[in-house]
Amino acid sequence: MKSYVIPEYIVERDQDRCIRCKVCVNQCSYDTHYYDEEDDIILSRNENCVNCQRCATFCPTQAITIRENPNHYRSNANWTQEAIAGIKKQAETGGVVLTGMGCDKPNLTYWDRLLLNASQVTNPSIDPLREPMELRTYIGSKPDSLELDMEESGGVMLKTKLAPQLRLETPIMFSAMSYGSISLNVHKSLARAASEVGTFYNTGEGGLDKSLYKYGDHVIVQVASGRFGVHPEYLNAGAAIEIKIGQGAKPGIGGHLPGEKVSEEISETRMIPLGTDALSPAPQHDIYSIEDLRQLIYALKEATDYTKPVFVKIAAVHNSAAIASGIVRAGADAVVLDGVRGGTGAAPRIIRDNVGIPIEVALAAVDQRLRDERIRNQASVIAAGGIKSSADVLKAIALGADAVYIATAALVSLGCTVCQKCYTGKCPWGIATTDLWLTKRINPDIGAKRLVGLLRGWSLEIMEMMGGMGINAIESVRGNRLLLRGVGLSDTELKILGVRMAGE
Amino acid sequence: MVLKDEINNVRENLIMKKNVAMIDATGVYYRDLNSLLRSLDGNGIEKIEIRNVYGQRYIGTDLDGHIKIDVYGTPGNDLGAFMRGANITVHGNVQDGCGNTMDHGQIVVHGRAGDLVGHSMRGGKIFIRDDAGYRVGIHMKEYLGKRPFIVIGGTAQDFLGEYMAGGVLVVLGINMKERRHNARFVGTGMHGGTMYIRGEVRHLGEEVEVTDLKEDDYRLLGSLVDEFCSYYGLDAEKILESKFSKLSPVSSRPYGGLYAY
Repeated sequence: MKSYVIPEYIVERDQDRCIRCKVCVNQCSYDTHYYDEEDDIILSRNENCVNCQRCATFCPTQAITIRENPNHYRSNANWTQEAIAGIKKQAETGGVVLTGMGCDKPNLTYWDRLLLNASQVTNPSIDPLREPMELRTYIGSKPDSLELDMEESGGVMLKTKLAPQLRLETPIMFSAMSYGSISLNVHKSLARAASEVGTFYNTGEGGLDKSLYKYGDHVIVQVASGRFGVHPEYLNAGAAIEIKIGQGAKPGIGGHLPGEKVSEEISETRMIPLGTDALSPAPQHDIYSIEDLRQLIYALKEATDYTKPVFVKIAAVHNSAAIASGIVRAGADAVVLDGVRGGTGAAPRIIRDNVGIPIEVALAAVDQRLRDERIRNQASVIAAGGIKSSADVLKAIALGADAVYIATAALVSLGCTVCQKCYTGKCPWGIATTDLWLTKRINPDIGAKRLVGLLRGWSLEIMEMMGGMGINAIESVRGNRLLLRGVGLSDTELKILGVRMAGE
Repeated sequence: MVLKDEINNVRENLIMKKNVAMIDATGVYYRDLNSLLRSLDGNGIEKIEIRNVYGQRYIGTDLDGHIKIDVYGTPGNDLGAFMRGANITVHGNVQDGCGNTMDHGQIVVHGRAGDLVGHSMRGGKIFIRDDAGYRVGIHMKEYLGKRPFIVIGGTAQDFLGEYMAGGVLVVLGINMKERRHNARFVGTGMHGGTMYIRGEVRHLGEEVEVTDLKEDDYRLLGSLVDEFCSYYGLDAEKILESKFSKLSPVSSRPYGGLYAY
C-alpha cells in the first residue's frame, strides 16, 4: 500500500560545505543518509529522518540542517498535522500509534505558572557561596514522636527505633528506566553518578545487571508486574525497593518490550528467553486492592528482613489523594507520584497525551490529604514526571514533595534530544537501545561526568534560590506553599494547589 | 546456637531436638514467626516443624538454605514468596499467592490452594494435591537452567497459565465430577512454556494451541506425575492412562503486530 504519510522533516545539505566524510551516514541508525559513489555525493532519505540532530551535531563542517517539512497540510487548529498523519498511519497499519518520552502538548504544565519568593528588606537573604546550605534529605517513614533516653553523663540517646531511611545529598534521584528500554552503559552512567553525588538511581523493571551490584548502596530496585529479574539477591542488592503500580506516561496499562530488544544481555538480566516479547501485565496480578498492596509491601519487607524502605509508585490520576492515603496505610515508606508529562520508552500516544493528571495538582492534593489525615510523616512523597529544571524541583518541594525523580532530564544530559523515537530501539545517541553498535556511543565515564554536572548545577541553583528566600535548609521549603505564588490560574486551580495569587 | 534478640517473645514456642526445631505457632504474629525461621536458618537446623499454623503469612520467604519445613494447619497468603531453596510440606490447605515469584525450592501441599499459585515463579516445584483457585501459574517464566513446575491434582479456575512465559503446568483433574475443567480463558496471553491437562478444557485463550503429546512430553509428564503420586500415595500409571492435551503458545510474540511504527 502506498503510504500517504508525508515526511516530517527535510534534510538540507550544503554541498559546498560537505566533505563526503560520511560521518552522517555512519551516525544515522535510521538509514537516512547514503553515499552515492558514482556521483561522489551524499544524499538523504527525508522520510527516515526523526530529527534527532545526531548527524548535524557530528558533522565536522556543519553542512546539515534539519527543517520541519514546510510542505504540510492546510493549517487547521483542530486537524493538526499530528492528527492527520496519525490517522493515515493507522489506516495503513491498523495499529496503535506508539511514541516515546513524555507528553509534548503545552497545556498540561503548571510549573511555569508558579513563581518563587525572595527576601527583600524585611528578612535577609543568604549567600550560599559563603554560608552553609543544607540540601540533605532523608526518604523513609518518620515516627509520630521520638523517645529519648537521658544518660547519666548528660548525653541523649534515641530510644525510638527508626524505620530504614535513604540519605540523599541533594533531593534529586534518577527515575526508573529499565535495562532494555535503555542500555547498560546508560545504567552504568546513572549508577556511578548517583554514587558520586550521594543520591539514588532506579533500575526500572528490567532487573539489575550483575556488574552494577557494587553500586547497590545507591540503587533502588523496582518490582513491577512482569517481575523480570526479581529474585532474593536482587531485592537485597539495592538500598530500597519500589513497587511499580503505574507510570505517568501510560497510567493503567502494561508494557511490551518488543522481542527485538530482548538481546542476550537483556534476556540474562530479566531472566527470560532470548527474543520473546517481555510482557508486563497492566495490573500486578497479586494486587487488586489496598489490602493486597499491603501484602506485597510486607512480602518485600520480609524478603529483606525489614532493612529497606519500600516505595510504591503510581501514576497521577483523578483520585490519587485517596489512593496515596491507602498506600501510606498499607505500610509504604514512600509514595511516588508520576504525572501526566512523565516519560516512557514506549507508550501509545493516545494514552500518553490523554490519561492522567499533571504532577503539580496531584502532588498538592496528595500532600494536603496526608496532612489532613495526620499521616504525612509516615511516608515520604516523591514527585516525578516532567521536571525539567532546578526551579521545577524547588517548586515541587514547596508543594509538598520530599524529593523528585528525574529521567528525561538525565537522558538529555547524556545527549538525548527528545526526538520521541525511543520505541524504535534505534536511538542514534546510544541511549534507548540495546544494539551494541549504538550503545558504544555512551561512554560511562563521560556519561557519569555529565550527570554529575547536571546534579551539581541544579543543586547550586536550588541553593541560590533558597538563599534568596533567606532559607538555609531544604526542610524549610518542604510543603511551604507560602513560598509560591500563582499567575494565570483560576480560583479553583489556586485552591487545589494551595497557593495564593501573585500580588496577594 | 545464637538466636536474635527479636525472637525473645516467641522463644517459649520453640523446642529444639538435635537438628530439628519444633515451633508451636499458636497466637504467634507472622513477623515473629518469620523472624524466628530466619534466625534458625543457616544454624545447622535440618528440619523445622511448625504446628498450629493459622494464617501466618510469608512462611519460607527470605530463607537461604535448603531447610525442610513441615507446616501443620493453614499457612496464610504468600507462602514461600520469593523463596530460594527451602522445601516446604503443608499438611493442610494453602491460601492465596503460594510460591509467589518463587526462585528455587519446593512446596508440597496436602490439600487445596487458593488463587495465584506460583505467580511469576521462575524456578522450583509446587505440588497441590487437590484443587486450586484462579490464575494458577500466571506469568510463570523460565530462563536457562531455571524452569518452574506446578502440578495440580484436582482442577483449577479461570485464567490458568495466563501470560505464561515458561515452565511446565500440569492439571490432573483427579476426582472431578465432570470430565471437563470449568476454567475459562486458559492460557490467555501465553507466550512460552507448556501446559499438560488431563480432561477437557472448556474455554481457551486465543494465544493457545492444543496438540497431542509426543514422546518427549510423555517422558516429562511421566516424571512429574510419578513425583506427584509419590507424595500422596497415588497410582501414577492409572492417571497416565487417560488422555492428556498439550497447550502451547501460538507465538512467542503474541502482540508483535499491535503497533503502528
